[in-house]
Amino acid sequence: MQSIPEVLRTIPLTHYILFSSALFCIGILGVLTRRNAIIVFMAIELMLNAVNLLLAAFSSYYSDPAGQIFVFFIMAVAAAEVAVGLAIIVMIYRNIQSIDIGVLNKIKN
Amino acid sequence: MSLVYLIPLLPFLGFAINGLAFPKLNKSIAGIIGTIPPLVAFALSLQLFLKFDGKAQIYTLAEWIKVGSLSIPFEFQVDQLSLLMLLIITGVGTLIHIYSMGYMSHDAGFGKFFAFLNLFVFFMLILVLGANFTVLFIGWEGVGLCSYLLIGFWNQKNSYGDAARKAFIMNRIGDLGFLVGIFLLIQNFNTTNYQSIFQSIASGNVPENVGLIAFCLFIGAMGKSAQIPLFTWLPDAMAGPTPVSALIHAATMVTAGIYMVIRANVIFELSPEVLHFVGWIGLATALLGAAIGLFQNDIKKVLAYSTVSQLGYMFMGLGASAYTASFFHVMTHAFFKALLFLGAGSVIHAMSDEQDIRKMGGLKSKMPITYFTFLLGTIAIAGIPPFAGFFSKDEILAHLYHHDFAMWCLAIVGSALTSFYMFRVFILTFFGDFRGTEEQAHHLHESPLSMTFPLMVLAVLSVIGGLINLPHFAGGNEFLAHWLAPILPEAGESAEVSFLTLEMGAPLLAAFVPAFLAIYLFGVKKSVPGADESISGIQKVIYHKFYIDELYDLIIVKPISILGNFCFQVFEFLVIDLIVEGIGRIVAYASTEFRRIQTGNVGYYIFVMVISITLILALSLRTWIL
Repeated sequence: MQSIPEVLRTIPLTHYILFSSALFCIGILGVLTRRNAIIVFMAIELMLNAVNLLLAAFSSYYSDPAGQIFVFFIMAVAAAEVAVGLAIIVMIYRNIQSIDIGVLNKIKN
Repeated sequence: MSLVYLIPLLPFLGFAINGLAFPKLNKSIAGIIGTIPPLVAFALSLQLFLKFDGKAQIYTLAEWIKVGSLSIPFEFQVDQLSLLMLLIITGVGTLIHIYSMGYMSHDAGFGKFFAFLNLFVFFMLILVLGANFTVLFIGWEGVGLCSYLLIGFWNQKNSYGDAARKAFIMNRIGDLGFLVGIFLLIQNFNTTNYQSIFQSIASGNVPENVGLIAFCLFIGAMGKSAQIPLFTWLPDAMAGPTPVSALIHAATMVTAGIYMVIRANVIFELSPEVLHFVGWIGLATALLGAAIGLFQNDIKKVLAYSTVSQLGYMFMGLGASAYTASFFHVMTHAFFKALLFLGAGSVIHAMSDEQDIRKMGGLKSKMPITYFTFLLGTIAIAGIPPFAGFFSKDEILAHLYHHDFAMWCLAIVGSALTSFYMFRVFILTFFGDFRGTEEQAHHLHESPLSMTFPLMVLAVLSVIGGLINLPHFAGGNEFLAHWLAPILPEAGESAEVSFLTLEMGAPLLAAFVPAFLAIYLFGVKKSVPGADESISGIQKVIYHKFYIDELYDLIIVKPISILGNFCFQVFEFLVIDLIVEGIGRIVAYASTEFRRIQTGNVGYYIFVMVISITLILALSLRTWIL
């Protein structure tokens, strides 16, 4: 029975880095290109998870549990953030019957 | 707390009450509140005077200025000189306050007037009580301020405001000299205390630039005491109410310069050149003032030029080191000139604010008290024995006779002019036929008791004031000379005068002959000065005050206003505005351009953020790699 870090180490570190970067870029592209607030939100989560994955990978390669603890913190905070963010989106929808972030350009004036 | 502090404090309280309560306070109450402080201060001064034991007392109120090794406390000095000044200020001041209750009774600014008068008395008392030059300077500036406030008291009239500003600015010129003098004293002695400085000098520590110090101090005196070339403000100061002219511009404030020179006599004695200069400036002022006074038709203007001229006499006395004589003249002048001004005020009051003597005449029967007291004042100032003016002026002349014969001769001429113009005013005002309008004639009345009472008191003082320093030849004991001796230099105080000599006869002749001439011209021949247009030649030049105001206007006021206009119209626009507005324009232009990048689109902001983070990351990666 292999421990989880050992299993993680069966894949080379470069792959983790490339995969995380790809996930992160997909997240950025999602944030930049999509108009729907929920999808933007999901893209942000994607970026967070890209970072989480990388943290877990480095943690096991360097045998340092701190990275995994960070991952738990990020997850907890992201969960709270999602709760608040979704609530805001719901409120926006109730007010203007739309969740298109294009309407948020009202902050100009 | 010593009672000494109460002397200046009381008038200040009067000022505070009247100033804060105006205009809610009832007039009669305001008058009483204004008059009681100087009266009580007079009583306190009198008590100090009687109990004085001959030793100067220093009362230190508080530590005031402390910089490095220099320490200037706020301290008062009670000695022979300040005691006499206290008595003059509070005594004459009280009388003039009483007089003002009658004179200003119809004025809307009654309470304000008393507040200002009290403030003046406060500062004047600080001036004479100060134990160092710095405290003196506070009072010096304060009385200048009050003078400004009171000259421009009727500020609805533009010309009055101009007169007030003129007085203030001219005084400032002198004050600057005085201030430089004080700085020089601090530089040389590291103190401004009178006694420390004089002791330091007495112990042989005479600074090299003592002449410069004396000169700077004298410039201050020139401004305050209206000497050439800073005298033109005093005649204009007559714009103020007449009690102000009497108190500030005749009896007290303008003699502050003489007080200061007497106070600093130790310094002046060290520089004979400056004393010489003082004497000649005094002489020139005395002659100029007297000459201009000859042809003036405004009763207050005549008295104003007479004041300028008499101040000149006092400085002449100082120039001859005759400090006692000068101070004697300060005292008697305070009595008779205050009397004359108040008398003139009484006449003006009766004539419904008419000041032109060509429109008066024959007031003798209508205003007997004013007439009689004015007569006494005229005799006193003309120098006819045995009135006060005779003794004081004669003492100055006697010293001049031994000091400088040419000066003495010219001073006699000035004395003759004084006698002439005073009797001219007197005769034109009180004798002959009434030349005013019907309405004025109908309105003519003797002033109320509040105005005639001070006149009577001052008249008595003008008559007997000479007793305070009666010379030996007249059977006196020269009280004032002995009294002031401790604070004055030893020498130069023994000018014995004998009867029936040139030095005795000439002043008498100069007093009597012009007086009779004036009585003959204006009383017997009943000639009245013509209208302004009818005069010509030298008389016109003198009538227009030798065009000195116009000259000052031409050589000082005009160039300064041209420079000011140049700065305003050219420098201001080409330099200041260009820089200031240029910076403003650049900022405004840049901000209008930069605000375009704030589109308000969230997606755009995120895009810029990502690009920026990538750039920062790239840059930091580069530094890590390198």
